[in-house]
Amino acid sequence: MPPAEHFAAAPEWQWWILGYFFFGGIAGGSYALGTLLRFAGDPRDEGAARIAFIASFLALIPCPVFLTLDLGQPLRFWHMLVDTSEGGVAFKPWSPMSLGSWALLLFGLFSFVSFLAAVADVGWFRAASPIARILRGGAGLVWSAVGTVFGLFICAYTGVLLAVSNQPVWSDGGWALGGMFLASALSGSAALLLLVARSRRDVDADTANRLEAADRYFVILEALLIAIFLVTVAVAGTIGKVLGVWIVLWLVVALGLLAPFAMARWDVARRWPPVAAPLLALLGVLALRAVVIFSAQS
Amino acid sequence: MAWQEKPLGFFTDTSICIGCKACEVACKEWNELPGNAAKFTADSFDNTGQLDAQNWRHVQFIEQVPDNTGMVVTPTPIAGGQAWLMMSDVCKHCKNASCLEVCPTNALMRTEFDTVYIQNDVCNGCRNCISACPYGVIGFNEDKGIAQKCTLCYDRLQGGLQPACAKACPTESIKFGYVEDLHAVADQRLATLKAAGYQKAQLYGRDDKVYGGLNAFFLLMDKPEVYKLPNEANATLPSRNNLPGYVGGVATAVIGLVAGLLAFRNGRMNGNGANNTTTTNTR
Ligand code: SF4
Repeated sequence: MPPAEHFAAAPEWQWWILGYFFFGGIAGGSYALGTLLRFAGDPRDEGAARIAFIASFLALIPCPVFLTLDLGQPLRFWHMLVDTSEGGVAFKPWSPMSLGSWALLLFGLFSFVSFLAAVADVGWFRAASPIARILRGGAGLVWSAVGTVFGLFICAYTGVLLAVSNQPVWSDGGWALGGMFLASALSGSAALLLLVARSRRDVDADTANRLEAADRYFVILEALLIAIFLVTVAVAGTIGKVLGVWIVLWLVVALGLLAPFAMARWDVARRWPPVAAPLLALLGVLALRAVVIFSAQS
Repeated sequence: MAWQEKPLGFFTDTSICIGCKACEVACKEWNELPGNAAKFTADSFDNTGQLDAQNWRHVQFIEQVPDNTGMVVTPTPIAGGQAWLMMSDVCKHCKNASCLEVCPTNALMRTEFDTVYIQNDVCNGCRNCISACPYGVIGFNEDKGIAQKCTLCYDRLQGGLQPACAKACPTESIKFGYVEDLHAVADQRLATLKAAGYQKAQLYGRDDKVYGGLNAFFLLMDKPEVYKLPNEANATLPSRNNLPGYVGGVATAVIGLVAGLLAFRNGRMNGNGANNTTTTNTR
């Protein structure tokens, strides 16, 4: 196959977009983990599940702000949803940015309601207790399952958004980018929950251990998808763009991937502060998005 | 004379472009584009650089002359109209337009003349179209906060005029008219050039092999890549990655969810840490 040739100009998606990709991934991934903990069915996981739902919404708050600030005309942010040209709604399912705008809106609703229920349950906002009561049991499981679909979509579509372009690297990465961002969002969210779990007494110690185990699965998945992404880009002939000075960021990505295993296996790593591995993992999640976003446009 | 509502476009014959840049100037004049600050590009006679929000026409200068070591850069013969190529580049007003595909606000629209147009009052400056256009045509106007590109002088067309660049071109390298008429002109010109021995001469965007056909198409004196135009193999639409992208995402989601559920359930079933309510930071 001859190498792909690109003559497209860079869209100059920079720091706001990096911030959105990071926080959006954490919001979606945390929501999914909260749901998984509920589906696992052990009441002792409830503390961690609540933290997951709270973290999800808190991480989601900056997302629309970052996206709006990135626009050339921030006051026209609503043009993403309302078609001011033809009238009606602006909904183009084949445009990931259009689909993502709607998904963000809907996920915001799910995340907010789950957040309210969680803060009511931990006693921070008792006025929301009726919502918490409704979301206990079957209705809550259905609610969080549907919310998880939107949450995971938020994690993955950012990769598809980049791929659905004619940019070097992004469009060459094709089908791997969405999955890669999703796996990394799950591992980053598990790291964030571990970070919080280590500072709170209402999280079951065994839940934290199993979060570590889940994190290791997610990291394996992420590493696999990174490898596939790099191979795809190499085949397309644009691997040179993601290497060079970007090696530094790849090293951070690699450290983030290795950290959970190091904590589990190496004595020296066991002497690290307990927050070291989750922090490294989160840095890795950020670095992965940074290298993909910036290198293609350099 | 009013233009009929059928495809209008450009046929840019690069074989007679003399690189005068009258098209660039006329475009800026009519569209009130102040242009970018002048800079030295160290690229032949080019001081425009590229198509962008301020440059809706850009004359490329492609030097294929022997370098100073005496080595011939391109295969001989370097004559035959291939030693110093010039091309007035512009938005191609593609039949299958990548920019139109991805625009989330519908600011990008197709006009009654089959041209591709950005509605200034609808665009919110997300720049998705810039990431999609395979020709690097669209630029971001920092002052207006929106994406900008050639409109094929939509306002002039509505008044029955021809676009400013075509009007100004002294050699008629830029021809304007109904696309079907331009096709006939292009076919004839190509035949003439081939008969005169210009074997590399070719039409780009005349047929539907590149983005379903280009309303602004070209006669080139060398391969499309030489003019920074993607060849047929590389002329791909962004939407090609929609399905594989989402399938990859769904597959990863399913694997991730199953793995997560297994991790969460397994530990408990093994009875690890039952009734342990202390935090892990006690280790
Ligand atoms: S050349 Fe680029 S900007 Fe012009 S219609 Fe085609 S994709 Fe859109």
